[in-house]
Amino acid sequence: MKNLPIDPSKVPGWGVDANPKNDPTYPMRDRSHEDKRGMSWNRPPQQEETVEILQSIERNNLTAVFGTSTPPSGVSGILRRQAFRYSESEWAHWLMLLAADRVNVIEGVVEDLGRGRIPNIPGEMGIRSELAHNRSGLVRKALIAGAVLGVGIFAARIATYNKGGRRSGTRRS
Amino acid sequence: MLAMNYRGPYRVRVDRKPVPVCEHVQDAVVRVTRTCICGSDLHLYHGMVPDTRVGMTFGHEFIGVVEEVGPSVRNLAVGDHVIVPFNIACGQCHFCKQGLFGNCHESNSQATAVGAIYGYSHTAGGYDGGQAEYVRVPYADVGPCKIPSNMDLDDAVLLTDVVPTGYQAAEMAGIQPGDTVVVFGAGPVGIMAARCAWLFGAGRVIVIDHIDYRLDFARTYCPAEVYNFRSLEDPVVFLKKTTDSLGADVCIDAVGGDAAGSALHTLMGTKLKLEGGSATALHWAINSVKKGGVVSIVGVYGPTGNLIPIGNVVNKGITIRANQASVKRLLPRLIEHIEAGRLNPKALVTHKVPLEEIADAYHIFSAKLDGCIKPVLVPPSARR
Repeated sequence: MKNLPIDPSKVPGWGVDANPKNDPTYPMRDRSHEDKRGMSWNRPPQQEETVEILQSIERNNLTAVFGTSTPPSGVSGILRRQAFRYSESEWAHWLMLLAADRVNVIEGVVEDLGRGRIPNIPGEMGIRSELAHNRSGLVRKALIAGAVLGVGIFAARIATYNKGGRRSGTRRS
Repeated sequence: MLAMNYRGPYRVRVDRKPVPVCEHVQDAVVRVTRTCICGSDLHLYHGMVPDTRVGMTFGHEFIGVVEEVGPSVRNLAVGDHVIVPFNIACGQCHFCKQGLFGNCHESNSQATAVGAIYGYSHTAGGYDGGQAEYVRVPYADVGPCKIPSNMDLDDAVLLTDVVPTGYQAAEMAGIQPGDTVVVFGAGPVGIMAARCAWLFGAGRVIVIDHIDYRLDFARTYCPAEVYNFRSLEDPVVFLKKTTDSLGADVCIDAVGGDAAGSALHTLMGTKLKLEGGSATALHWAINSVKKGGVVSIVGVYGPTGNLIPIGNVVNKGITIRANQASVKRLLPRLIEHIEAGRLNPKALVTHKVPLEEIADAYHIFSAKLDGCIKPVLVPPSARR
């Protein structure tokens, strides 16, 4: 399909929100509330801290409400606590959190197995929809994975054979 | 209850979890009737957002029926069917008072660089999200808005993020009548940004992406001129040539950190995670906008940093405007647009999927299979 000329005036709603005064626009610094500086607002009541909440060191206090999903735990939790020793401006903070996320994936599998559940990883990755809508892509991925695996096994065998050959050659000499 | 359960990059499933309760006097608990997978959920799904913990429930686009309210809630009652903005905002802090509801200072202890967002990692507050049967909604008097009685639920759920984010992308761009607007990204937000650019009086709207079926949709829905960047030798040169060598008045980045189109950004941003996502769209936006023009960013990036031509921003005198959408601020006007027939968000919905099939829905959306533009999840309790 080709692009056709568009007459803006025929587009429904064209210009209804046009406002030449809308420049500069949102978000702008609003100075009308700057009579009091700092955290001078009436803070909402404080939520009770029932689980461990990691707090940015760039903040003075816990926010009035916070999420209580999946508190830090295990090895990933140790890494996360370490990460929160650094400010959000430090790469160490974010890279340690990313590392913790990867460790957490392994912990998740261990947790599943510990509960007697073998995770259905292909199912969790949506293999059913891949089969339904991209079967050729799935076959291609499988072939590529098989080829990479095959080359790896072949290379490992050659390496083992050469190692064995060199050893026997040494013995012969 | 049933809830989405994140197990690691590219792995999600539905599990049974306890029904949430009010944990604060201003909380409510909402029974979800519609919830979406957002393009920015894919950044989580792809493992790009730091502090995304295994076991978390994603989902920041949802509507539902109020089931329980905390003792201080005055504006909501049990039984109200509400639109819940994706950002959690107290309404009282310095930032909320300015209408910066996406930048609340009383809802995210774990970062100052971002406000709180439902189901969007601990970097965005550590709240479980709405891809579940029930969800905890803090500051229930501030964010939620009752769904107008004649509004389609698919329109309502898209008012939680897609419509306001697309609208704000156009608003922040300060579009003046006759402006040429280039939108990078033909996902739901990019399509909505292109549609809304006309409301602000754009004279020409161009959408750039590499997914043909989405470009075809954008061509008629927005409407817009559309171009597949894979068919262009250099999209920046193309955009300069088509604007008399000056560049567009406005460029909107509606892609964020999952952008394709540059091997370097893909390697650094999405493979090695050494950038806060692949910044290809932003790179092109900066280089395609005219001198003194505006780049409006609503695409989501991680918190680390990105390789972008900041020198060109300086030397071209570009204004950059960006923010998470201030949903609460925009809802009244956007409801008017829908009721007047100027915006038709539900047309974006291509897939309506039972919550139980969430793994397939994520994969279809992520891999862009089956012509998917916007998947909506329906929990079992909403199907009865």
